[in-house]
Amino acid sequence: MKTAANFDAAGKMIDFPEFLQFKLGIYVDQFVKWLMNNFGGFFDAISSGLLWFLLNIQAFLLWLPWWLLLVAVFILGWKLKSFSSGLTYAFLIFLIGAFGLWDLMMSTLAIVLTSVVISILLGVPLGILMAYYSNVEAGMKPLLDGMQTMPSFVYLIPAMMLFGMGKVPAVFATTIYAIPPVIRLTNLGIRGVSSEMVEAAVSFGSSSWQLLTRIQIPQALPTIMAGINQTTMMALAMVVISSMIGVKGLGMEVLIAINRIDIARGFEAGFSIVILAIIIDRLSQGIADRSKVPE
Amino acid sequence: MVEKVKVENVTKIFGRHPRSILKKVKAGVSKEQLLKQTGHTVGVQEVSFEVNDGEIFVIMGLSGSGKSTLIRCLNLLNRPTEGRIYIDGENIIEFDKKSLKELRQKKIAMVFQHFGLFTHMSVIENVKYGLDIRGISKSESQETALEVLKTVGLGGWEHKLPVELSGGMQQRVGLARALANDPDILLMDEPFSALDPLIRREMQLELLEIHSRLKKTIIFITHDVNEAFKLGDRVAVMKDGKVEQIGVPEEILSSPASEYIEDFVKDIDRSKVLQAKNIMTKPMALVFISAGPKVALKEMRSNSISSVFVVDRERKLQGIVTVEDTVMAIKENKSLQEILKKDYSTTDPETYIQELIPDATDSKYPLAVVDQDNELKGIIVRVSVLSGLV
Repeated sequence: MKTAANFDAAGKMIDFPEFLQFKLGIYVDQFVKWLMNNFGGFFDAISSGLLWFLLNIQAFLLWLPWWLLLVAVFILGWKLKSFSSGLTYAFLIFLIGAFGLWDLMMSTLAIVLTSVVISILLGVPLGILMAYYSNVEAGMKPLLDGMQTMPSFVYLIPAMMLFGMGKVPAVFATTIYAIPPVIRLTNLGIRGVSSEMVEAAVSFGSSSWQLLTRIQIPQALPTIMAGINQTTMMALAMVVISSMIGVKGLGMEVLIAINRIDIARGFEAGFSIVILAIIIDRLSQGIADRSKVPE
Repeated sequence: MVEKVKVENVTKIFGRHPRSILKKVKAGVSKEQLLKQTGHTVGVQEVSFEVNDGEIFVIMGLSGSGKSTLIRCLNLLNRPTEGRIYIDGENIIEFDKKSLKELRQKKIAMVFQHFGLFTHMSVIENVKYGLDIRGISKSESQETALEVLKTVGLGGWEHKLPVELSGGMQQRVGLARALANDPDILLMDEPFSALDPLIRREMQLELLEIHSRLKKTIIFITHDVNEAFKLGDRVAVMKDGKVEQIGVPEEILSSPASEYIEDFVKDIDRSKVLQAKNIMTKPMALVFISAGPKVALKEMRSNSISSVFVVDRERKLQGIVTVEDTVMAIKENKSLQEILKKDYSTTDPETYIQELIPDATDSKYPLAVVDQDNELKGIIVRVSVLSGLV
């Protein structure tokens, strides 16, 4: 029995002692409840605002006749890339429809678009602030680093806590996940404008607003557009994961397929997501290239 | 002469708390020590000078001498740590935001070393920029811009992008942009340093030509001695943030204030700076046209020379007579008028020595320096042309 006793004693040193464990979650839960009780109106207002915006975009996308979208994608692809690219993109979108996933694609797209619009509206001014004030940059940098290192999954928890289940928390989580690139690259772009150009603009008596809108933003535009492209791609990635908190869309199809081990359904939905990603990337890249300033 | 710009005791220190170390700077603590002890850099230290209306004032110095920092103080791109800057009698350092904007929009414009052109705008949009931000109507600014572009020789290029132009042409756009506001003062920060030598020379001449037409006050920065002396009515030499000497080019060349300046001007091409008037001498002998050959001969003999210039009562140059011809004239009883020779070379007082070299070496006679009325101002013998180059 000597050996067993030894083993038992050692075992006590291996397992985490129970008396040191505590439940932080309870307090967080209480904090969120407190938030809801005291600032419920605030979150409701954000929630209904987001929802209104989202539903309008979705309604618009669903109102679009399917063939019109095909033609639009074709023309965009043709103008931004090449004739054959336009044809390919239109055909790929046609495939998604043929899989019977048209409406789900539109739901996914609506959330992506909403998140990207919010990201731009918040991210560009934040990036400009960072470029103008070095202490803002110093404060934002670790925050942005943190936002990008956290697994996307984790964002669903605060989103769910504050907004419950459904589309609004999905937009919230997607925006937080996708906003860093547009902030970072706006900052980078504005800081990268040649100092002589800025000096020239100031030396002719530009106001700060004229300097920003006539020189700095146009000069930084290619970089900002690259940021928007990245933000869009990240938004698409996050929207798929958001299916876990009950968002209908292509991601939900994948999730269901995984749960049911339904290979056919999973393949079609997965393939559609890939198509969407490729087309969004190519088109937004094309727009970014268009804005390039000749060096 | 009207004083346009007056810089009084300007000091510029870069760092976190520039004012706090002002005392140390004044106490004469060296730049290196200041940087080590306090992390502050002294850009410009106690600089004073005046620039007259319509003058080209050149600030010359090696890189790091503070010349670019100084010129940026003049339109407050750099705010001086201490000192006063008067433009038309007003201390611009005390200007509020609005007056400063007005000053920059109307009175003072800048040309940059690397052009500083807005690459996302066409040539004409660049030139119009200063007018646009003032809210001047489109048609008016368009007209002004086209006119200015013609002035700098860029007519027909207005819709190109800056990147499509060569370096020289880009700097013309920079110059046009600065001229478009019709400012009184042009600040030029090494505008031609980024250009290759041939284009640089062309631009220098063009700048002089534009200056003589538009009569702007120009403050010009350069590290090139030849450029400084070619363009500058007066030149200030800077070293370590301080002005070492201010003067007209000949003055700096002939009596450098310090060893540093002596070194600086050592390899300057003197033939491009010194003019005929700087090396000419008063003629030792002169003969009036009314005098006889005997007088001429006597003059030559007493000065031991073999030819003498002949002038009329107003000192207007009539010709030259040689000793051989004079002796013959005395024998044959001819007048001076009959033996007058015209195959000498003349020059005006403003001609650079460089251009005199061929004439001086070819001619048998000294060079005659005459003004526009053909009045004899002095003569240049061959030896003084060649010795002036040393």
